[in-house]
Amino acid sequence: MKSMRYVVPLLIFVALVALLLKGLGQDPKEVPSPLVGKPAPAFTAQQLHVPEKQFSASDMKGRVWMLNVWASWCFSCRAEHELVTRMAREHGIVVVGLNYKDEPADAKGWLQQFGNPYVTSVMDQEGDIGIEYGVYGVPESFIIDKSGVIRRKVIGPINDSAEEKPQNSVDQLLAFINELEAE
Amino acid sequence: MRRLSYQLPLVLLLLVLTAPLLAGIETYTFETPEQEQAYKNLTEELRCLVCQNQNIADSNAELAQDLRKKAYQQVKQGKSEDEVAEWMVDRYGDFVLYRPPVKATTLFLWVGPLLFLLIAFVVLWRIGRARRNQPPEADSVDEQSLEQARHMLENKES
Repeated sequence: MKSMRYVVPLLIFVALVALLLKGLGQDPKEVPSPLVGKPAPAFTAQQLHVPEKQFSASDMKGRVWMLNVWASWCFSCRAEHELVTRMAREHGIVVVGLNYKDEPADAKGWLQQFGNPYVTSVMDQEGDIGIEYGVYGVPESFIIDKSGVIRRKVIGPINDSAEEKPQNSVDQLLAFINELEAE
Repeated sequence: MRRLSYQLPLVLLLLVLTAPLLAGIETYTFETPEQEQAYKNLTEELRCLVCQNQNIADSNAELAQDLRKKAYQQVKQGKSEDEVAEWMVDRYGDFVLYRPPVKATTLFLWVGPLLFLLIAFVVLWRIGRARRNQPPEADSVDEQSLEQARHMLENKES
């Protein structure tokens, strides 16, 4: 019984260290979104290339799709662009671009230079749609299921597997989208 | 006087050039002092998600400016402080509030410090009790040395 005097504080200490270590491993910049599991906020906006045509989130009902928030001024967007392109071209993922706080001319030039993987890009010059989706940085991506529910939010650039952020890896996202397709 | 006439146009020029800087400051006008107070409270209680350790009143990040605008518009429409805060939480989560609400997931955050204080008190109390209950130190002085001491004292007196 006497040994308990040492075991209990030791256990508490170990538990505390484990808790703090877990906290260290987390990225405080990554704020969990309350929108995951909720219907994607409805919006209607002008399309970047055909401003006279509107796009609505509800147009995508019945399909699994990804809303990718990007801007020509965003440096990390360029880093993930190749992967977004691979998702769209090689795996047939439906990606809609949300062109966030950008100038249409700059945005079009950017797509011309780096390629356009998007089914369409919609303009959010004021950032209002961004706020509806809780966007606080670019790039961000939302994976939305057939019934229009946000199933996952990707904060920061999508990366090429096995890097420091597995939740952003392109393989994991492709697997996740495949699961949603099967639902 | 000559000097002044030379400086005056320069000063005027500076005033003109810095005017756009002044224009950058948001000027929100309110109909009632209550609305103004609600807006002030909100911007002080809402966290800027980009800089994280600033509220949106202090931050000049673009998102903070946008959220200030949203808060202003809604307050002006007559929404209450709580309603605007809820609107923000719906989009950005509890993290946007400097004072998160008490609920299952945040309970530890709220009662944690009290819990630790309580544990500290319990430990202190137990240590104190253990000390008090310790039997008084047993007489380790044997009769022989006691006798010796008595002897020495007596000899000193004489």
